[in-house]
Amino acid sequence: MGKDELKTKITELLAAATFEEGGEWLNINVAVGDWPNFAQQLRQEPTLWFDYLFCLTCIDWKTHLTMVYFLTSTKYRHSVEVKIKLDRTNPDIETVSQIWRTADFNEREVYELFGVNFINHPDLRLLILPDGWEGKNPLRKDFEDPINMIRL
Amino acid sequence: MVEEIGTTTEGDLIINVGPQHPATHGVLHLVITLNGETIKKVEPHLGYIHRSIEKMCESLTYRQFIYVTSRMDYLSAHINNHACALCVEKGLQVEIPARAQVIRVLMDELTRIASHELWWGAMAMDIGAFTPFFHAFRERETINDIMEETCGARLTMNYMVPGGVMYDIHPNFQGRVKSFLQLYKLKIHEYAELLTGNIIFINRMKNVGCLSPEDAISYGCTGPTARGSGVSCDIRKYYPYDAYDKVEFDEVLETNGDSLARYMVRIREMQQSVRIIEQLIDNIPEGDFQAKTKAVLKLPKGEFYQRVETARGELGVYIVSEGGTTPYRIKFRSPGFSNLSVLDHIARGSKLGDLVAMMGTLDLVIPDIDR
Repeated sequence: MGKDELKTKITELLAAATFEEGGEWLNINVAVGDWPNFAQQLRQEPTLWFDYLFCLTCIDWKTHLTMVYFLTSTKYRHSVEVKIKLDRTNPDIETVSQIWRTADFNEREVYELFGVNFINHPDLRLLILPDGWEGKNPLRKDFEDPINMIRL
Repeated sequence: MVEEIGTTTEGDLIINVGPQHPATHGVLHLVITLNGETIKKVEPHLGYIHRSIEKMCESLTYRQFIYVTSRMDYLSAHINNHACALCVEKGLQVEIPARAQVIRVLMDELTRIASHELWWGAMAMDIGAFTPFFHAFRERETINDIMEETCGARLTMNYMVPGGVMYDIHPNFQGRVKSFLQLYKLKIHEYAELLTGNIIFINRMKNVGCLSPEDAISYGCTGPTARGSGVSCDIRKYYPYDAYDKVEFDEVLETNGDSLARYMVRIREMQQSVRIIEQLIDNIPEGDFQAKTKAVLKLPKGEFYQRVETARGELGVYIVSEGGTTPYRIKFRSPGFSNLSVLDHIARGSKLGDLVAMMGTLDLVIPDIDR
């Protein structure tokens, strides 16, 4: 499906979804409450069939966090990018690790590096950071480490 | 929280493999729950070599950050650099000279052969065959010498820059690559005799660590790991970059999904790489090796994503730009991270001795996982 067809189809599924212009793929903005259902639909809808979550990450915008999900369909070879705005002080979002298993590890990485709390995640523990790590999340913009941080 | 050593309440034994273990080829730490000799759970503990390259890149300019990425998947250094250069070029919207495009693809494929060579030798050594290691390193050394002559380095080449390649190829390059290929084509058959057809080897690999195509996709596996399960996912075919749409090669697919299938994919991929190099080595177009770019690069506000096929699978570079000289946020979607996440799934229920065969055919490079 092309960008426009995807847009129509997704508006049918979720009327509240908004779209961003530009970018390589269709950019969808979704509210955090709609995400669990919408993710399920993206995966299971026969004409969409987004079965491959090829990238999952987070961006710290200083005022809020944005979760970014890159999805592709191995059947139809179309891709979309889903963005979800999160509150910076209480970043809670439903996990998608039951839908795409790769999200398990990737969400754990985002959890420790950005402090996003994934609700219902099967095993939300530190993966990269050492045990007993306390305090700030390294990839947030206000993280400071006077000894180890490299700056030019 | 699992205790790191001892027994669980059900009487299962917990053992640690790594962080210092010769078969993990790096500082990977696995906590394994065993029932007798059967694996119940494999839990990777990462981070021993995490340098937070993503954070580092936020304070480096678009010319500088490429050098750091050579240290991610150090066996595919060229291809990592290639991905970053392509992503920056996407933002700058510069046209790359045809000569640079071909040189890049040649370097990528030589890297792929060198990487698969090292994997082949090291994996064979892990499961108990020592000789292949020396054979593999002999050929890999020749590639490293060729790289050294043109790029000035043997491992972290930093040869690709936004706009093309850093300098033109060495006058000896074409001749040396051709004589290497001549020798190498004979060697591939030698490998088959030495290991691929060996009955002891086949018994250790066959039906070990089976991965279904659905699980491969769901776990985000890419590269030879997914293609061994019959998942067609070659980025060079689906999203061709640089000169890949001008060359003929086959995407290698196996259907069994076991360790032997993953092994065969890599062996056959080396032959496809030879095929690509043969098509291009005599047809390097004349012209510039670098497009003219500004001394200080500034990407427009927006986001750019570039995916390439490294020796291990799909590498994605995601740059979020605010219009400045440094990226606001950069994310590397590394193939090793996703490929490792499937280890627990395929190892459950198999014997401890098979774990090394599974890890070997997933081709894990730890700095790529930890970044």
